Amino acid sequence: MESGAPSLSFEHVAMALGGRPILRDVDFRLERGEMVGLLGRNGAGKTSLLRLVSGGLRPDSGSIFLGERDVESFSRRELAREIATVPQDLHVPFPYLAGELVLMGRTPHQKPFGFESPDDLRLARQAMERVGIADLADRPIDRLSGGERQLVLFARALAQEPNWLLLDEPTAFLDLRHRIDLLAVVRDFVGGGRGGALVVSHDLALAARVCDRIVVLSEGRVLAQGAPSDVLDPDLIESAFGMEAEVVSGPDGRPLVVPRMARPEGR
Amino acid sequence: MKHLTPARFAYTLGLLTLLLLAVACFGLVTGPSSLTLADAWSALLGAEAGSPAVDIVRGIRLPRILLASLVGASLATSGVLFQALLRNPLADPFILGVSGGAALGAIAVLSLGGVVGLGYGAVPPAAFAGSLVAILLLYVVAGRGSRVSATGLLLTGVVFNAFASAAIIFLASLSDMLEGSRIFIWLIGNLSASRMDVIPWLVVFLAAGLCAAFFSARGLNVLALGEEAAEQLGIETERFKRVLLLASSLMVGAAVSVSGLVGFVGLIIPHGLRLWIGPDHRLLLPAAALGGASFLVVCDTVARSLLAGRELPVGAITALVGGPLFLFLLRRSQQRLLSDGGSP
Repeated sequence: MESGAPSLSFEHVAMALGGRPILRDVDFRLERGEMVGLLGRNGAGKTSLLRLVSGGLRPDSGSIFLGERDVESFSRRELAREIATVPQDLHVPFPYLAGELVLMGRTPHQKPFGFESPDDLRLARQAMERVGIADLADRPIDRLSGGERQLVLFARALAQEPNWLLLDEPTAFLDLRHRIDLLAVVRDFVGGGRGGALVVSHDLALAARVCDRIVVLSEGRVLAQGAPSDVLDPDLIESAFGMEAEVVSGPDGRPLVVPRMARPEGR
Repeated sequence: MKHLTPARFAYTLGLLTLLLLAVACFGLVTGPSSLTLADAWSALLGAEAGSPAVDIVRGIRLPRILLASLVGASLATSGVLFQALLRNPLADPFILGVSGGAALGAIAVLSLGGVVGLGYGAVPPAAFAGSLVAILLLYVVAGRGSRVSATGLLLTGVVFNAFASAAIIFLASLSDMLEGSRIFIWLIGNLSASRMDVIPWLVVFLAAGLCAAFFSARGLNVLALGEEAAEQLGIETERFKRVLLLASSLMVGAAVSVSGLVGFVGLIIPHGLRLWIGPDHRLLLPAAALGGASFLVVCDTVARSLLAGRELPVGAITALVGGPLFLFLLRRSQQRLLSDGGSP
């Protein structure tokens, strides 16, 4: 197996869309073997940050490096062999089968035309088994639920055999058990030592439990980063999410965020 | 896990090739003077020129069948390309007004080209240019953002078509084309007055378009998921799109310059084939070429033999089949949107 880059680093990245600053001086690094949670309220710039790496957007200033190399110097195909993205959802206008969609993850490893190799089929099958959706393979994608579709997209990313995984709210449509299962597979992937994973999430409790580090974005800036127990405290949650919360210690010693509900007066 | 195997590929395309041969035989023996298959065969291969059967088969029916196959293949393949590029199964070169643009280009040369010394040979390139302009306009007007809305596309197509028809009538009235029915040949697709001297153009345009499409088939599968998704899977989408838009303009230009506005082939054939063989473009593209060819051969044979002594324009036949189907598909796609709660 190729050794791969030791890190994916964002260096003083800034970007504006339509004159509105989206990201300002974002600076952090994702190391090999690490699972990092990217947190922040809606519009904080999380998805934009992912799109800078995965395509669609370019930074106005600053750079993103994969090891020593600027991401912009990669061809699309080279980059797709390094980094796989799991989008929040995908509109698929034609009735592809779930298995066909997972096989599309092999695209960066294939010739522009031809049939799937035995390797392609094996990797796609393995990916679906790992995610627990082997039984969905022959179902048309437009008949699946939002959660099932998310798992298919996750399997596609695994079939892509990347070194780095970017996940944009991969668990938004999933029930609790599937959330845990999916994040366990991400942990497992990261444990393989090929690269790391960056997970955008709105679920503070879950992120705190599974991530090695978390990065909190607010109004396009990195507000805090570090181990979940170092970073998550009521003050930070107040300024990042605009809500009051208590942070208690969970059963595994990790911080557990308990939002304080607004109550009617005179309780 | 189902996937495209070489065996399924060969089986499907073999079956469609047999179908095309069968409908070609049907076309050879059907017409005002009916021939047996044996008559047609000997006229095609053996007999000396001069007998009526030879004149009919070699002079009239065989060229019509060739022409119909080439036009049908072009239209169906470009339909598949439009549907994938615009991520909308309702896209069709006729409905989107791209054929209208091609016809306008052709008419411009026919009515005004004489002044600058352009003859009939300049019609196919002009039709190509016309369809290319229409496609670019379509992208500028309706194609903002990553997802093109069906409503925006269809409205743009309606306006393009209205504009192109008006401009065609205007240009035609400047020359003598309004007299008789010459203008009808363009406004309702027709193969009865096609000039054989543009066939080489047609073959070259179609071959180039088909090659570009077939070799892009795997990328097209991914591009149908959206541009950003395609980039994440390693496709250079901009270059890719440019090649395929050029390819589809070539094919539409070729088809329109010999047949005028034959509608709905690019809608009916891909839709029917997707139901049978699924949406994988590696198989869908060549299947659409063969299926579109067969379909138009049948339609043209019906058009020239349905009414004794008179010919119907083939575009009338395809529109009679395609119009209702389009409305049915439109209704179903809206129902699907509603049942999804309107989310993409």
